[in-house]
Amino acid sequence: MVAVLTRIFGLHHLDLVEDVVQESFLKALQTWKYGQLPDNPQGWLMQVARNKAIDILRKREKEGSGIDIEKKFESEATDIGEFFHTDEISDSQLRMIFTCVHPTLKPEDQIALVLKTISGFSVQEIAKALLTNDSAIQKRLYRAKEFIRSERIAFEIPAGHALTDRLEVVHTFLYLLFNEGYNSAKADELIRKDLCAEAMRLCKILIEHRICSSPTGYALLSMMCFHAARFESRLDHNNSIVLLQQQDRRKWNEELINIGYRYLNHSAAGEEISVYHIESAIAAEHCMAKSFSDTNWERVLQLYDLLLKLKPSPTVELNRAVVLAELGHVQSAIDAVLAIKNIEVLLKGHYIYSAVLGDLYKRLSDQVKATEFLEKAFGLTTSKAEKDLLLQKIRSIKPQDN
Amino acid sequence: MKDFMFIFRGGSDAQNYSPEQMQKHMQKWFAWIDKLKAKGQYVDGKPLTPAGKTVKGSNALVTDGPFAESKEIVGGFFLIQADSFEEAVEIAKGCPDLPLNGSVEVREVMQIPAPVES
Repeated sequence: MVAVLTRIFGLHHLDLVEDVVQESFLKALQTWKYGQLPDNPQGWLMQVARNKAIDILRKREKEGSGIDIEKKFESEATDIGEFFHTDEISDSQLRMIFTCVHPTLKPEDQIALVLKTISGFSVQEIAKALLTNDSAIQKRLYRAKEFIRSERIAFEIPAGHALTDRLEVVHTFLYLLFNEGYNSAKADELIRKDLCAEAMRLCKILIEHRICSSPTGYALLSMMCFHAARFESRLDHNNSIVLLQQQDRRKWNEELINIGYRYLNHSAAGEEISVYHIESAIAAEHCMAKSFSDTNWERVLQLYDLLLKLKPSPTVELNRAVVLAELGHVQSAIDAVLAIKNIEVLLKGHYIYSAVLGDLYKRLSDQVKATEFLEKAFGLTTSKAEKDLLLQKIRSIKPQDN
Repeated sequence: MKDFMFIFRGGSDAQNYSPEQMQKHMQKWFAWIDKLKAKGQYVDGKPLTPAGKTVKGSNALVTDGPFAESKEIVGGFFLIQADSFEEAVEIAKGCPDLPLNGSVEVREVMQIPAPVES
C-alpha cells in the first residue's frame, strides 16, 4: 500500500504516505471489527488513504508548499483505479524494493527501510526483529530516507544491464532477510517467521514479474521453501534447537517442499548456475532423504565442492567438513576445519567452529579435546537454545576411565 | 434465548500499532465473530462514527460530543443471543480489545411480556 501510494504521490512524500497508511488502517480496524466488511476491502482502504493524502497535500499547498496538487490530480484522478490492479500493485512493490535496496544504501538501512515501507512493520517490530533498539532503527530509517531524497533516487525498476546488477543486489538482500529470520537465535519465533514469510513473498513477486524473473530468483525461492518447510521441526516445545539429525521429518511441510521442487525445476532454465542453485540443491537433498542416515552424502559433498568454488567462505568449508564426517572421514573433517584460513581467529569469534570441532572430537572419542571445544563454544554463544544443546553434549561425554 | 447488547468502548491503544499489527488485530476480531456466528450467537454489529452531539434539557441544548476522553467513546455495538446473562458475560470476555484498554458493557435487552389475555 505504501508502495502504491508512493507511486502516486512520489517518493519525496514517503513520510506523508506512511502516516496516511497508518491512519487508514486504524480507520479500517475501527470500522470493520464489528463484523461489517465492505465489498472490496482493499479498494475501500486505498480510497480512504488516497483521500486522506489529498487532504493533507491540499492543506500543505494552501500553506504554500508550492506543489500544484490540483493539476496533478486532474490528470491522475481519472485513472487512479488502475494503480490498484494486482499487476500494478506488484509493479509498485517492485519499484519500492529496487528503491529501498539501492546499492548505495547500507545493507542494514536497506532491511529497515524495506520492513517499514513494504512490509508495514512498526519501528518496535523492526528493532525486535533485528535485535537492536528503537532509536537505532529510527536513525537508520531517517538516514535512508534522507539519502533517497538527497540523491534523488528514482522510483523505478531498472532496465537493461542495470537490471542484471541491481537484481543481484536484490537477491542478496532477500537471502539476508530470509537468513535474518531463519537463523536469528534470539528474536522470538513469531517475528522470525514473519521475516522469512516476507522474504518469500517479495521473492515471489520478483519471479512472477515479466522482466525481473530469472532462474536465480527461482533458485533462491526454492531454497527458501526447503528451509521454511523445516521451520516447525527446528525448535522443540522448550524452544531448544533440534539438529537436523534429530528432527522429526514428519513435521516437515510437504506442500512447501513440493513447491520448492517446482521452483527448483524452473531455475534449471538457462545456463546460469548461481550460489542459490547449489544451496537449494543441498537443501533439496536433505528434504529428499527419508532419514538422516538415508541422506545422499556423496552428492551433498559434491555440491559443497561446487559451492566452495563459487563462494569460498569459512562457513561453507565448515559445512563441507561436517559432510566429510558423515561419510566416515572424521579425521579428515577435523583437518579440514583446522585448515580453514584464520581458524584461530574464527575459533575465538564464533562458537560454531568450536562446537563443530568438539562434536568431531567426540566422534573420535577424544574426550579431552571434545570437552575442551564444547566448553569453549558454550562460553561463546549467548543463545539459550544453543547453550542447552551444548550442555547436553558435554554431559553425554562419558567421564574418562581412571 | 435472550438478547444482549454489547457496547464497546476504548481500545484506542491500537493506534500505536503498525499496519501489519493492525491487520493481525483485525483478524482476531474476525475470528471472534466467526466463532460467535458458528454458535448462532452473533446477530448484528455496527461501528459508530466518532463524532456526535448531545441534546439535553428542556431547552434542548445541543453540545458537541458526549465524551470527555477517547477511552469513553463508544466505538460500536454487537447484538448477541445467549442463554443467560452469565453466558453473555463469558462471551464478552473474548473481546480482542480488552488488552488494548477496551471495555465491553453487557446489557440485556428487556423482553416486554405480552399482556395476558383473559
